Amino acid sequence: MTNPQNVSLNASKELEFIDPSALDIPTVSLLDENGHLVKGAVEPNIDKETALRIYKTMRFIRALDERMQAAQRQGRVSFYMQCLGEEGAVTASAAALKDDDMIMAQYREQAALRYRGFSLEQFMNQMFSNEKDLGKGRQMPIHYGSKELHYMTISSPLGTQIPQATGYAYSQKIPHIDEDSGELSSEINNITICYFGEGAASEGDFHAGLNMAAVLKAPVIFFARNNGYAISTPADEQFAGDGIASRGVGYGIKTIRVDGADALAVYAATQKARQFSVETGEPVLIESIAYRLGAHSTSDDPTGYRSKEEENTNTKCPILRFKGYLLSKGWLDEAEDNADDETLREEILEAVKVAEKIAKPPIEELVTDVYDTPIPLLEKQLEELKAHVKAHPDAYPTTSGRIK
Amino acid sequence: MAQMNMLQAINSALDISMSEHPLACIFGEDVGYFGGVFRATSGLQEKYGKHRVFNTPLTEQGILGFANGLAAAGAPAIAEIQFADYIFPAFDQIVNESAKFRYRSGNEFNVGKLTIRTPYGGGIAGGLYHSQSPEAYFAHTPGLKLVVPRNAYQAKGLLRACIKDDNPVIFFEPKRLYRASVGDVPEDDFIIPIGKAEVVSEGSDITLLAWGAQMEIIEKAAEMAKQDGISCEVIDLRSIQPWDVETVAKSVTKTGRLIISHEAPITCGFGAEIAATIQQECFLHLESPISRVCGLDTPYPLALEKEYIPDALKVLSAIKHSVHF
Ligand SMILES: Cc1ncc(C[n+]2csc(CCOP(=O)(O)OP(=O)(O)O)c2C)c(N)n1
Repeated sequence: MTNPQNVSLNASKELEFIDPSALDIPTVSLLDENGHLVKGAVEPNIDKETALRIYKTMRFIRALDERMQAAQRQGRVSFYMQCLGEEGAVTASAAALKDDDMIMAQYREQAALRYRGFSLEQFMNQMFSNEKDLGKGRQMPIHYGSKELHYMTISSPLGTQIPQATGYAYSQKIPHIDEDSGELSSEINNITICYFGEGAASEGDFHAGLNMAAVLKAPVIFFARNNGYAISTPADEQFAGDGIASRGVGYGIKTIRVDGADALAVYAATQKARQFSVETGEPVLIESIAYRLGAHSTSDDPTGYRSKEEENTNTKCPILRFKGYLLSKGWLDEAEDNADDETLREEILEAVKVAEKIAKPPIEELVTDVYDTPIPLLEKQLEELKAHVKAHPDAYPTTSGRIK
Repeated sequence: MAQMNMLQAINSALDISMSEHPLACIFGEDVGYFGGVFRATSGLQEKYGKHRVFNTPLTEQGILGFANGLAAAGAPAIAEIQFADYIFPAFDQIVNESAKFRYRSGNEFNVGKLTIRTPYGGGIAGGLYHSQSPEAYFAHTPGLKLVVPRNAYQAKGLLRACIKDDNPVIFFEPKRLYRASVGDVPEDDFIIPIGKAEVVSEGSDITLLAWGAQMEIIEKAAEMAKQDGISCEVIDLRSIQPWDVETVAKSVTKTGRLIISHEAPITCGFGAEIAATIQQECFLHLESPISRVCGLDTPYPLALEKEYIPDALKVLSAIKHSVHF
């Protein structure tokens, strides 16, 4: 520490304000629009298998998003949120982690979950809140979660996952007994990544979470998806100053800004961030600059707040760009790739049909998981409710038939 | 008179309030040019300018802290919290600051000019975080007024009263009725006083009491009970704090029976407070125990929402139980 105030001791006679733009944070890009490596760029260490897994995940999510957007319009699901325009940022960041690193997401990160192997059926069961949903049909569509895949269940209140991620990550660096050697080890095996939008970065939880991570030194990667909008609010009405990245610097956190439509750049940045976190046990902030190509959600109409022109100048497609890279490497077969699309669409439609026919959760699940076991008050309320439903079977068709 | 839905009625109340006071400001997430996610503030930015109707950054804590400061300076501050479920990040600013500004300073300062509007309640397939009715948390805090309208007409008159009231008020808007409740609403200004319940229909056998979106449910139950020859008196509480003990007690003294219904969980819901008070006021007139038809003591579910919600059938069962006690 330099002094009790913990600031740099750089004496000056000049009464000068530091301009917020002084940092001038650059945006890292490795691929050009066609997916060719930018001149002089250093290619990250990425193997064919990982690259193809990233690509397939993005393609899958694009198809899923299109289909489910349509399914919502047909009234088959009540709500949906697309990842459109941010597939590269989400997938490639998840790909740069170990599959058992923790993911704490906001809600637009289905691609990260898919990368880990969440099945089409699992996506559908959640969206149709049927009895096979891991979350037992309690939350709105897209609030996924999977313990097996180390993906914390989504919570709607924005920003709450940010300080939680700091806490989770802190647990990952507490010295522990190594399973193999049986000895006390300080080695960090896993880290946590925390996704959030530039809008959510205004919440108090963001500031609390970053400050605690910086001071307590937690191995967490804060991944800010700056996509230009929070519902209708453009970024320039969300914050002044240089993006979210400048805040990371302010909190004393290592920070980098990447082109979020460039999956290779995101992969490289996240890989480096993970390595730093594992080695030092400290946080990193990555700000991804992409554009929310779609509406905020199916409840939203972006024509009310942004122009076609703006959308047209922001049509950078992360999938095409990465495809260009794969083709240039000779890792992808164009013909095969196009054939895949049709099968994907059919599979998704088929899965919709299956999931919407699966029964709703049984009435007993109203009172489970409120506590570890239902307290007597809840047992009593359930009994009363069951008697009521049984007496009026027509009024409660989804549950009445199954009451014993 | 004009036909308006609840959103238009609210918009009209806001419009009048903005023209009435040159310092009045409306703000919150997405409320600016877009007019809010429910469009309650549509057209107001065009009319009153960006410095009086504006988007805030996405921080409820910030919105209410800012609103407290603005109101302390004497400007009518009309803050929107996008969903009542997201009022909790602002809980400290509301219960520790808005509510206690006047008391702690010996009225050197107050935030009487603060009004918080927020959509609340379920029935819209919103699950845990788009369906809550958090009024009871705030009813426990001295210094706040709480108001809930049941239809478009009430929404305009009550919101006007909230904005004119010299205390911080939370105005809970039943989002399920935003577009569904359409009726005659005067285009001109009018005010419905805070703190007065309304006897919506008279009856002799039992009193049914609710507020906001739950009014529809108890009115329907009253209709159903009528077919069984039971005459219900239906009361809309309208204001939760202060609440109109006198009107409710008078009715229960007459009917001898009371059912209170709200969507929020039953335990420590505001129904509990009413039951305790009316039991004390009307003990010798009661023919059966006061009963409550409310949400379960669980978070608000999605798939089983229909089972969870206190619907007309459940209210009807309670009516019969009470009458045949
Ligand atoms: C605490 C809280 N306040 C408000 C909301 C309503 N809301 C849901 S999404 C959203 C915008 C989020 O924008 P951003 O964080 O930039 O993420 P993006 O949607 O752009 O991916 C808002 C205001 C919420 N879910 N939680």
